[in-house]
Amino acid sequence: MEFGFKKEHYLLRQMLQDFTEKEVAPLAAEIDELERFPIETVEKMKNVGILGIPFPKEYGGEGGDYLGYILAVEEISKACATTGVVLSGHTSLCCQPIYEFGTEEQKQKYLVPLAKGEKLGAFALTEPNAGTDASKQETIAIEDGDDYILNGSKIFITNAGYADVYIVMAMTDKSQGTRGITAFIVEGDTPGFSVGPKEKKMGIRGSSTCELIFEDVRVPKANILGKIGYGFKIAMKTLDGGRIGIAAQACGIAEGALNETVKYVKERKQFGRPLAAFQNTQFELATMATKVDAARMLLYRAAYKKDNKEPFSSEAAMAKLYASEVAMEVTNKAVQLHGGYGYSREYPVERMMRDAKITEIYEGTSEVQKMVISATLLK
Amino acid sequence: MKIVVCVKQVPDTSEVRIDQKTGTMIREGVKSIINPDDLSGLEAALSIKDQNHAEVIALSMGPMQADSAMRECLAMGVDRAILVSDRVFAGADTWATSLLLSKAIAQINPDLIICGRQAIDGDTAQVGPQIAEHLSLPSVAYVGDITLENENNLVVKRTFENGYQLIRVKTPCLLTVLSEMNSPRYMRVGGIFSAFNDGLVEVWDNSNLNLQPEELGLKGSPTKVKKSYTKGVKTAGKVFDVEPKEAAKVIIEKLKESYIL
Repeated sequence: MEFGFKKEHYLLRQMLQDFTEKEVAPLAAEIDELERFPIETVEKMKNVGILGIPFPKEYGGEGGDYLGYILAVEEISKACATTGVVLSGHTSLCCQPIYEFGTEEQKQKYLVPLAKGEKLGAFALTEPNAGTDASKQETIAIEDGDDYILNGSKIFITNAGYADVYIVMAMTDKSQGTRGITAFIVEGDTPGFSVGPKEKKMGIRGSSTCELIFEDVRVPKANILGKIGYGFKIAMKTLDGGRIGIAAQACGIAEGALNETVKYVKERKQFGRPLAAFQNTQFELATMATKVDAARMLLYRAAYKKDNKEPFSSEAAMAKLYASEVAMEVTNKAVQLHGGYGYSREYPVERMMRDAKITEIYEGTSEVQKMVISATLLK
Repeated sequence: MKIVVCVKQVPDTSEVRIDQKTGTMIREGVKSIINPDDLSGLEAALSIKDQNHAEVIALSMGPMQADSAMRECLAMGVDRAILVSDRVFAGADTWATSLLLSKAIAQINPDLIICGRQAIDGDTAQVGPQIAEHLSLPSVAYVGDITLENENNLVVKRTFENGYQLIRVKTPCLLTVLSEMNSPRYMRVGGIFSAFNDGLVEVWDNSNLNLQPEELGLKGSPTKVKKSYTKGVKTAGKVFDVEPKEAAKVIIEKLKESYIL
């Protein structure tokens, strides 16, 4: 199996670790506690090019690759999963579909400022009655001259309210089922478009997750992404790539929790010895580290395949399924090894365990990942 | 304006251990970094470039391994990166190093040369001022701030323990700068990718510099290291867990016990 880092990936990781330590980690506990969107970190990510890693320079990007972007989500999520998902939602769910399916005009108008980080992006598929069964879209778009008029609502939308550009799925022809869904690029300040109150969540509490409401929102036909009726296909393709981002976030959370635990067990003494001297601790750590590494291998393989234009749908689903379960398991163990302190907000593993759970749910639950993987096996 | 920044790749001494038998550093497995004072030199040059029209050139002498440090400089935004590397340079002390760097700098002909105050592996602080001597240029050491007055004059802040001097200095000149003077910028993501994909590290060997054999490496190095050793720890420290007032008393008592007071 051929995949690995190039020299630039090592140097990028070094820069990202430095950036995360100085700019991301110091805010992680505060933005969780106050449920505050890390707007200043978004600005700092913009200044060093983190918001446009995999896109060509002619489209405002950094001329990097998907693996480079994945490394950014992973390193940042080691300290702060909230900041990780802000980056992931922006890059893989908004910039990426415009890059893959947009017209040249759409790329110039929307991708350039998004990749430069001058604008933030979001993606809207989920609805109150269309979760895992995304085909049951109730948001409708009706043709009217040169425009479409959108009505309906979306829920659980990451970066809502802070994003300037939204990729929105809406039904243009209900009789066609999934082939009646179309993707639109909607600007955040379009009349009739509004953002509901912030969701109160278990984890990634700094990220903005809200309802989007569309009341006669007029979107020009020039903002149709791909073609009429291709929305579902675009959404599924986008989520394939997005899952690698969430796998990276999950790996980052697990690695962060493991690092915190290694530090803690060396310091904490019980029965006259550091916890690290007990074989139970050593064995637990060994299992955690092995699983984290296995998850990272799946992650990097999926990113490598995407970069090399090989089919990666099943690999992305495997990476996300496994990495998110590892994140849950490792953070749970991390809290256990911290004992009472692990349950306290004084130590970051408590937050990491809450943050880990969402990686098993969003951008396709673990069960959806199993559907994707088995569909490849059984076709 | 053309600015040369001298850069050294050094082992991260915060991670270095010393071989107790030989008294030398164990370099295996230790991360290499750009010397912190030199990073601030790069930042100082790049911020001049941000404000004015300037070309920034990173210059380093070292083994080919230092290529990675030069790529970092490119990713931070320098225009050119030159690595002076040749097996005949090995074993150079500060004299031989500064002579060699001055020959390289003479070919670039810059208006300003910035060096870090000192490298964390050798701590001599000699190479910068020696380069200025070889080139017969004015130099100011321990610089904490640089202001461009006009094309030909700089006002620099030379810092001391208890104060500072503001010095007006004509270009061309050499400055050695302190890591406290600024926070070096991050490498830009696009800079990292282009440093490897389109970036070029120019490698110069002795055929570019034409130094004579007696000026090179160990032969050209008058410094002879007799012995290097680490200061051993004499006793384990003792912790007094007391209130601040009581702590002051304990300190005074201990200083008296040791006849310091």
